[in-house]
Parts: sequence; structure tokens; C-alpha cells
Amino acid sequence: METSNWEPKIVAFLCNWCSYAGADLAGVSRLQYGPNVRIIRVPCSGRINPLYIVRALQNGIDGVLVSGCHPGDCHYISGNLVARRKFALMKRLLTYIGIEPERVQFSWVSASEGNRFAALMNKVIDDIKKIGPAKKLVKSVA
Amino acid sequence: MESMEKKIREIAREIFINQKIDFFLGYEEGSVPLKSRPFFIQAKEKTPDGLINRLVWNSFCSNNLAVFLPKFFEHDPRKKPPRIGISVKGCDLRSIVALIKEKQVPRENIVLIGVPCLGMIDKTKVEANFQGLEIIGSEETPEGVLNITTKDGKKHHLKREEFLQEACIECRFPMTEGTDYLIEGKARDPGDGGYARIKAFEDKPPEERWEYFKREISKCIRCNACRQACPTCWCKECFAEQTDLRWIGASIDLSDTMIFHLIRIFHQAGRCVECDACYRACPMGVDLRMFTKKIVQDVDELFSYVPGFSTEDTPPMSTFREEDSDNFISEP
Repeated sequence: METSNWEPKIVAFLCNWCSYAGADLAGVSRLQYGPNVRIIRVPCSGRINPLYIVRALQNGIDGVLVSGCHPGDCHYISGNLVARRKFALMKRLLTYIGIEPERVQFSWVSASEGNRFAALMNKVIDDIKKIGPAKKLVKSVA
Repeated sequence: MESMEKKIREIAREIFINQKIDFFLGYEEGSVPLKSRPFFIQAKEKTPDGLINRLVWNSFCSNNLAVFLPKFFEHDPRKKPPRIGISVKGCDLRSIVALIKEKQVPRENIVLIGVPCLGMIDKTKVEANFQGLEIIGSEETPEGVLNITTKDGKKHHLKREEFLQEACIECRFPMTEGTDYLIEGKARDPGDGGYARIKAFEDKPPEERWEYFKREISKCIRCNACRQACPTCWCKECFAEQTDLRWIGASIDLSDTMIFHLIRIFHQAGRCVECDACYRACPMGVDLRMFTKKIVQDVDELFSYVPGFSTEDTPPMSTFREEDSDNFISEP
């Protein structure tokens, strides 16, 4: 896969109320961003189990983005604030065992930030392209 | 330690009579030297004197007895929950506090006997000292000397302080507080918590850290001993065994094993009391201490929380503060 035409596969977990709407806005505004991303809509960033993230990496995804409402704007009042604690620990734990910090990223995107979403996606794609395909947690098919 | 042993027996006898306990959890002499094993005493018609005299307290009582408690209190409308007396070290007590907080153990059904902990001896360290020579007997003196008899009939005198478990050397809370009974005595001086070791590992280059993680985890045979020995791992259905959504494979595929350990460690966030039961239980010698400690340190550093002291406070992972750090968030 490490030929020059390798393109990263990226999964974005987006919360239904802000980030998914932000991605929608980027779409209807016809903003350009890389086609590498597969979006998975979740009810809230608090719904993300860290297991989802490592499972994505295990199944050959090169980068994971998790995004929710900005702190204070959560549709469920505090889902993203509780999630923030989880993500902070998860990011540190993954970095600790030697996974590249760019591999798993977290961000906040509101429903009105189509521009931010497109720019963020391009940044994540660039980051992942720089560090190359994920190899560390990938499950090899026997 | 012998006086502690006597006191524990006395108190056990007393609480069988006065506090109407149904069980007592302690330790008895193991069948091999350098081992004590968990011992359950059940009250039948009268006080089980003979069994109480088998209770011991020595430098090998390292098992965390709290792990047995949740099973006794599983909800069953046909049964009345038992009353249990238990002898606890600092780490066991913290585990029990964590279990009470998570509503796995009712405080009113537990009679706690606190024992000031002098640290427990690491059997593997003693064995390594004799390079494979079989140890056939051991004896402790109150002055902290461990007398060992080896198979060739020779006697050796070891300083117990030099053969303590790493967890006990690092232990920050060897004293028990808030127990129903407290055995008199002095606990060892608190250690530094071992955070420096984690920081040192963090400073290594990522590739080196990854190689170490890979090497350690590839030893794992997925026997789940680490999970079973852990008092905090009381889920009736573990994520690793769910079949409706098959999250990870049950075999020793390296990727599955890594994810099992990552998530197992993650589930300890704000709950691990650093008793090292997982590390001791591991038959393959996986260096779990290096990885589980990381989450303890992070929770302490980020959320200023050390588990196992209060049954009232909110667990750090089910709450938040507005001013929690945002510094890991990606900006476009």
C-alpha cells in the first residue's frame, strides 16, 4: 500500500447536533475537502466509546477524528464535557504506548462552522499523509 | 507480625460472636513456602475456633481479598446478603471503598479489620536470589529478617526490605484509615507512588515505547487472570466477551490482545488503586504495571483525583469541570 498513490482512509465520528450539521453546511456551501473521510454520525460526542476508536484503527483506518459541539453548547448540556475527559485520557494513553499523536484527533465544530469543518478535514488528511499508513494496531488477516 | 496475627485471630473470634458475621476472609499458610493463600471461614452453629487458628499474617499476604466480595452481594431476592469480616491492608481497603462507592458491596455488611502494612515480599525476587535452587522453608523474625532453607539444607538470612514487591516500595498509602478495628502497629513509610518511572518511560522515543508495548503484550496468552484478580473488574459481562457485538477476538492475535489491554486499562481510569493484583496474577510476566499506572497518573494529574478514599465523591469519569484542559483539541 505504500506506493505513491496511497490515500489515507479516515473515519470521522461526528455528533448529530453540531459537527454533523457543520459537515452538512460544508457540503451545501460547496466547500472542497479531501474525499478520504467516512463520516459516522453519533448522537453526541459523549456516545463515543474509546473502543470505537481503537476498533477503527484495528480495521485498517489510518486516522480517526472525533468531533462534537463546542464546550458549553452540547445539545445534552454536558455530554461533550464528560467526553472531553475521556478523550484527554485516551489520547494520552495511545501516545504513551507509541501511537502517533496525529493518528487520533479530537475537535469541536459547531453547526455554523462549515469552513472550520472543511479546513479541519484538510488538516487531518495532511497530518495522516505525513505520517503514512497506520500499521500499529492493525489486525492482520490470516 | 506474629502479634498482629494473634490480634487478627482474637478480633475474628470476637466478631463471630458479637457482630454476627457469617464469613471471615483472611489468609492461611500456603502449601508451598513464600505463599499465603486466601482463607474463608464460615460460621456454622458455633464459633469456628479451629479454623480461626489457621489464620495467618505474614509477608506473603499479598492477594487483594476485596476481589472476592462482589460475588457475595450479587442481587438474589431469595437470599439475605451475608455479613463478612475481612482483614485488610492499605490497598485492599481502598479497593473495598471503591466497591462500596460503586454499590457492589454494602458497607453495613462488612466488618473491616485494618492491618498496618509493612509491605509484602515478592516471591519471584527471593527465588531469583537462589537461581533455581528450590526453597523448602521460610521463617520470619520480628527484626525484618527472612530465614530461608534451601533444598541443599543450607540456611540463608535475607533482609526483607530488599525483597519487597515493587508496588509496596512505591505504595503511597500503606496505613488503613476508617476501619472498624485497627491492629496496633506501625506501617512502612509511604513511597513516592512511582510516577517518576512513568515519566521516564514517556521521555523515550515513540518507537522505543511501541516496541516495549508490543514485546510485553505479545507475551499475553489471554488467560484473563489480570481481569479476574482485579477487584475493580466486576462487570458481569466484559466487553472482551460480548458476542452480540463481537468487539475483539478471543484469541491471542496481537492486535486483539493490545486492544483488550488498552481498554482494560482505560476502564481503570479513576478506579485503579495500584494494588498490582493484575501484575502478580499474570502467569506470563507481562509488565502491566508500566501501563496501568499511566492512567492512575493521568487521572491524578488532569483531574486531581486519587480513588479509594471516599464513598461520597463523584467518580472523575462521570463528571467534569468547565475548566478541564482543552489542550489536546486539534485546530484547523
